[in-house]
Order: sequence, then structure tokens, then C-alpha cells
Amino acid sequence: MGVGIEVTNLNAWYGANHALQDINLNIPANHATALIGPSGCGKSTFVRCLNRMHETIPGARATGTVRIGDLDIYKDIKPVEIRRRVGMVFQRPNPFPTMSIYDNVAAGLKLNGYSNRHVLDEIVERSLKNSALWDEVKDNLKKESGASLSGGQQQRMCIARALAVDPEVLLMDEPASALDPVSTSKIEDLIFQLKAQYTIVIVTHNMQQAARVAEKTGFFLNGRMVEFDSTDKIFTNPSDKRTEDYITGRFG
Amino acid sequence: MTRIRFQQSLENLKEKLLVEAGLAEQAVQRAIEAYRKRDLSICELVSRGEIDINILEREIDQAALDLLAMEQPMAGDLRFILSVIKINAELERVGNAAKTISERVRHMERMAAAELPVNIPRMAELASEMVRMSLQAFIEADAEAARSILTMDDAVDAMNKAAFKALIKVMEEQSHLAPQALNALMISRALERVADHATNIAEDVIFWVLGDDVRHHKSVNLLQQQQDKGETSA
Repeated sequence: MGVGIEVTNLNAWYGANHALQDINLNIPANHATALIGPSGCGKSTFVRCLNRMHETIPGARATGTVRIGDLDIYKDIKPVEIRRRVGMVFQRPNPFPTMSIYDNVAAGLKLNGYSNRHVLDEIVERSLKNSALWDEVKDNLKKESGASLSGGQQQRMCIARALAVDPEVLLMDEPASALDPVSTSKIEDLIFQLKAQYTIVIVTHNMQQAARVAEKTGFFLNGRMVEFDSTDKIFTNPSDKRTEDYITGRFG
Repeated sequence: MTRIRFQQSLENLKEKLLVEAGLAEQAVQRAIEAYRKRDLSICELVSRGEIDINILEREIDQAALDLLAMEQPMAGDLRFILSVIKINAELERVGNAAKTISERVRHMERMAAAELPVNIPRMAELASEMVRMSLQAFIEADAEAARSILTMDDAVDAMNKAAFKALIKVMEEQSHLAPQALNALMISRALERVADHATNIAEDVIFWVLGDDVRHHKSVNLLQQQQDKGETSA
């Protein structure tokens, strides 16, 4: 099951660049939460702070508290363990090109020490079913390379890979921006189904997508979170003029 | 400022709606003038004007539909376009009400003049004022001004109720005046509807400007109070 995320006074830097400033936010469990804002506003940095990927960049650092479920992820737990609990899907699908579909999905499991074939088979099948790809690939799981799939299928395979390690949270950084409308629609349907089991945070530039998939939406601007509210409120009657200007396209 | 084309389209939509509003307002005034003067040529103008309103109604709906489909408006823009669609329908119905009045005048003109216990010009003045004020609130995006219109509707409702009572009495006691009284009653009812449309326009303005849905506030509040009472007693 998904868990809630509680962010308190989160600040992040790239060297001297103060990229995130005083972010306070409660992300509800088993809901989809969308983060919107112009390029460079800090939304991707924010999600990377939720699985401690931000600090892997040279010169980058973060302060503040991020609680995922009962754990303070900057104190109570190792980054590797965090990334098992908090899966991530990126803008462009990133299959391991030399691996089969099966091995692509099982990669994280093997890294986490799983070696029993039956267990692996079972989890790979379940993950591909959860990512709505199983029926399309089940006959060629071990024969076909992950890179031979279409862009939309590759993205769903990457979602299966993220789900295979049984995370509590799924971070999605523009997961459909490189996909055609049909593949995008499949990813959005998937988000709708997956939030029953996981807490989903999705960064998107596509505001209609945020409106379609998320119950909550946060608007970021210049490293700050300007507004966080129910998605229908944000898109029909936002409280802050800067949010209104951005979502109506009058920003800048 | 960005989205110049979209912004221009919104301005065009507003302008078109204001043209329709002008025609609707004029239709009510003409219909009442026709009533006062028993002038069939003015009735004819009202009928012709209604066609213009209908044509504009279709054009406005189409333009609004295009903007919804092509521009995916959000927030204030989305509320504005929704309000325009709804106000558009209200104005078309104001035009219908004016036509109803002018048709009644055609019937009345064939009958002998009669003194009836109803002040149609006064009712018309109030209803027209409400239409004018609601459109002014729309032009100025003034939710407070729109709110002040909501209470005016009660006065027109009361006048219509009084007219109904008085005219029924005329029908009962002076049966030879029944056709005249019936026509007057239908005119009174049409004016009461004009005031209702003005009220709806004012509510649409409030929704556009503030995002607040104030429709049916009395009945909704009453239901809420009843539910609250039920919960407390349970």
C-alpha cells in the first residue's frame, strides 16, 4: 500500500544555486499528486529529493525533513533502501538495451538479492500485468530485447521495473511527454489504476494531464511552491494570481 | 501578455454577447412600448429582432465551443466562457419573453380597451433595469453589483403574484374582461421570467468573477439547515 509523504522546510541547492526554497507539503497516500510549473521552477528537483537522487549530482545538497510513511528519509534509512521504497519513472523510457524484457523488469529485483527463479517469474508477471503490458509481451519475454518495444511499451516496461521491487511511492517525471496520444492515454489509465496500491507523484508540463490524473496539484515557481490544492480548485479557481496566470497561459 | 490570439478571441466573444444583450434589452423595451401604445408595427419589430437574437445565439455558442476545443481554457478563462454560454441562453430567452409579450399585445389590440388592476409598465421598468444592471455587472466584471440584483428579483416576483391574484379576480367577477385579463396575466408572467433571466445572468457573472456558485442559494441553504437539524436531533 502507498504511504503519505510529509515534507517540512525542504531546501535544495545546486552549488550556490538555491533551487528549492522552504517547501512544506503533505502528499496524501494512495492518491495521484501532480506538480506543475515552468521549466526550471524546481518541480523535478523536488521529486528527486523524495528519493534522495538529488544529492547524487556533484555539488548538490538538500536540507529539511522528508518523511515517507514513518521514516525520515534523510536520517533513518540508506539511499539504496529509499530507492526501493520510492520508485521512479523518467521522461524518456530507459530500458537496458542489451537485456530482454524479462531481465529489464527483473533488474531491480536481482540488485536487491532475489535469485529464486520461481519468485522472479511471479513478480515479473505481476509487475507487467500491473503496468498493463503483460498481454502484449508475454510470448516474447525472454526472446525480445526491451529496446525493441515501442516508446509507449518501453515506458510501461520501465513502470513494471519500478513496480517489481514493490515500492510504496511512485515518482513520475513527465512520464508521457515523449509518447503519442494513445500511449499517453494508456499511461494515464495506468496511473488511475496504480494509485489504489501506490502513492503517485507526477511532474508534468501538460496541464490537461495533471487535471485528468491527479486529485491534488501543486504549482511551483522560482523554487517555491506557490499553491497546493485539490486539482479541480487549481484548474477552475486558483487562489493565487501567479497560478492563474500560469495555467491560463499568461505567464511571462 | 501571451496568448494574444486567444485573448483577442475572448474579446470578440464578449463583444458579440454584448450586441446580443443590446438586442434583448431593446426587445423588452419595444414589447412594452407596443403594449402601452397597442402598436402592431412595434410588435413586428420585436418579431424580426428575435430572429437576429437567435442567429447571434448560434454564432456565440459556436465561437465558445471552438475556444473550448482549440484553446483548452483554464481557471478564469474557463469560467468566463462557461458564463458566456449560459448568459447567451438567458438572453435568447429574454428575446422569447419579449416576443411572447408582443404576441399578447396583438391579441389585446383586437379587443376593446380595458382598465386592468396591473401595472405592466412598472413591472417592465423593474425587469428591464435588472437586465441592464446584470449586463453592466458583466461588462465591468463586478460581482458586488451582480449580487445586488439577486434581491431585486423578489420585488418582481411579488408584483407578478399580486397581478395574478388581481387578474384572476377580474376573470371571476367580470367575465367579459377575461380574455384581456388572461393576456395581461401572460405578459406579467413573461416579465417575471425576464427578471429571472436577469437574476441568472447576475449569478453567472458572480461565478465568472469569483468562482462561487450562488444559484438556488435559498433552497440549498434551507435543505442544508434541515439536514443539519436532522443530524443534530439524530
